[in-house]
Amino acid sequence: MAEGAVAVPGGAERYFTRWYKPDVKGRPCEDFCVLQHSNRICVITLAEAHPLLQSGKTIKNINYQISANCSRLQNKVSGKSKRGAQFLTELAPLCRISSSDGEEYTIYSCIRGRLIEVNENILSNPTLLQEKPSTEGYIAVVLPKFEESKSITQGLLTQKEYEEVLLKRRNSAA
Amino acid sequence: MSSLTEKDRPIVQLLLNTGTCPRCILRFCSVGSQMLYRHPHQNLMKDLKEFLKNNQEKEDTVCLDVVDPPCKRIRLEYSEEGADDLSHNGAIPQIPSADDGNAAMESSAVKVCNVCLGILQEFCEADFVKKVCQKVNSADYQFTSFVFSVSLPPQLSVRENLGLPLAKDDIVQLKEAYKWIIHPQLSEELGVPADGKSLFEISVIFAHPETDEECHFLATACPDCFKPAKNKQSVFTRMAVIKALEKIKEEDFLKHFPCPPSSPKTLCDALEIQCNNGAVFVAGRYNKYSRNLPQTPWIIDGERKLESSVEELISEHLMAEFKADSFNFSSSGREDVDVRTLGNGRPFAIELVNPRRIRFTAEEMKRLQQAINDSSDKIQVRDLQLVTREAIGRMKEGEEEKTKTYSALIWTDKAIEREDIAFLDEIKELKLDQKTPLRVLHRRPLAVRCRVIHTMKSEYIDEHHFRLQLKTQAGTYIKEFVHGDFGRTKPNIGSLLNRTADILELDVESVDVDWPPTLAD
Repeated sequence: MAEGAVAVPGGAERYFTRWYKPDVKGRPCEDFCVLQHSNRICVITLAEAHPLLQSGKTIKNINYQISANCSRLQNKVSGKSKRGAQFLTELAPLCRISSSDGEEYTIYSCIRGRLIEVNENILSNPTLLQEKPSTEGYIAVVLPKFEESKSITQGLLTQKEYEEVLLKRRNSAA
Repeated sequence: MSSLTEKDRPIVQLLLNTGTCPRCILRFCSVGSQMLYRHPHQNLMKDLKEFLKNNQEKEDTVCLDVVDPPCKRIRLEYSEEGADDLSHNGAIPQIPSADDGNAAMESSAVKVCNVCLGILQEFCEADFVKKVCQKVNSADYQFTSFVFSVSLPPQLSVRENLGLPLAKDDIVQLKEAYKWIIHPQLSEELGVPADGKSLFEISVIFAHPETDEECHFLATACPDCFKPAKNKQSVFTRMAVIKALEKIKEEDFLKHFPCPPSSPKTLCDALEIQCNNGAVFVAGRYNKYSRNLPQTPWIIDGERKLESSVEELISEHLMAEFKADSFNFSSSGREDVDVRTLGNGRPFAIELVNPRRIRFTAEEMKRLQQAINDSSDKIQVRDLQLVTREAIGRMKEGEEEKTKTYSALIWTDKAIEREDIAFLDEIKELKLDQKTPLRVLHRRPLAVRCRVIHTMKSEYIDEHHFRLQLKTQAGTYIKEFVHGDFGRTKPNIGSLLNRTADILELDVESVDVDWPPTLAD
């Protein structure tokens, strides 16, 4: 497991439940993690097994411009009700990250909801993504609809189920 | 102005014939003498008839001025016989009079008034006054004066519109006349004066189902006056009806409504007699010693998370002593469920709504405070006192401006030495950029706020733990300053120490608001 998985005794883990979505779009090991707060706010991060977090990878570029007309950096929300947020479906791309070996990875929302913010810190400091993938290296904050706050995680794996997936991968590789 | 003049004669005659009560007749004749309205109903009736009989006599008829016996005695006499009559047939008794043999008299011996529907008749009588006072007394309120408010059915405004050539501006309003009559009676029975500014309100709601539909024609005539709205049971509110009556043309009105109005079969109904005492406010400071106690009830999806709360532990005693209907709790800021509040505590105020009991001595307040403190070891209260509504503003002013001191127990992932954290003590006026914490982001706007940590003092515990005292600007999120909230608070203790840091315990050491005043023990 990657170093980022070291559990803090309280802190973030007290209030957040971890959900996983492995092999997104059929791409092996492109796993994401959704940290859901008890207040339904979700933080989207890379999961430990994601290729970008494996040793030897260097991040070359992070791009929130996901199409000619849509940049996640232009997302602006206002007021308590977060008016003006871009709406995300499960497979909406959040950003594309390219590594120095020429690969490009698309990071997906994984859940339906409104985009509240993207992490601009990783633009100026891409190593955060690899050093602290589940805290300061997060990708985005998404707020699911109130009535969907329970159902959005139904298709996702729990921490335990994800660990079994990782175990199976290792066994089949061996 | 206290008597009728010759020009009133045709109106008095007409109204008496069509079943209008003597007090309403006085109103329409713009008689402004309060005393006159308090005369017993049957005396007034007699006087009016005499006024009509004295046909061609002097200009300024004096009968009503002359016949002015000691008012109270008459009323008492009347109420005794009146009460008997009422218990038999439930209607206004006819005037027992030896000389009312003629036809004019008979035709005017109408029962319920076609204008006030009994408000200035039976509802001015001692029986009704007693009924109201019994209701008031049984509710056990503390009060030194009262204000009496009446809600009349809206159709009374329609019936008031007689279509007669009257000086409309000088007509005495029904409500006004009713209060002239009933105030002295209530005052005597309750033993306290009537006072328009009193905080103790007695209100009576009248209804008259028999004539409820009489406003309905106005909706077709003036549809824009009757817009349905939330919280309204009917569009025919008193204000809407009055507005429509102002707009409608006289001829349209007369087309739809008989003038003078027909005599009703039944009296108004006193639907509700209610009392309400003005809110009283209690303030103090509380300490919270539990990390499992929210400040206010914590309910998610209708389910209670924890069984009690600070506001409940304090308010349940106040509610019982003040015998209030409900309460509203407010405080100078708030702490999380797992945060203790130590030191002198946090200022709070509680509004007690509709309290039965309102007078407490300083000694009684002290005992009340003691009772609260004896009942729970999770909280303690001090400086408990009665305050004014205005003074509570002082508490909220302090909320954003004043400084707060905290004590935090902090954990670090990598080991620390004493000298690793010593530099924190040297940092002064540290400016933070705090994005709205994720834990409150669902109910607050997203923003970056600039906050200041004035001073810090560290206390080394072991390789992974230290305690930090902080003095901060109000509104600083301390937990996020420690763990960084995904890097969303910058700088944070983690970034300052170049480690992952987390907060294990947090205590509020002081809330620097100098209200409410400190009390001697």
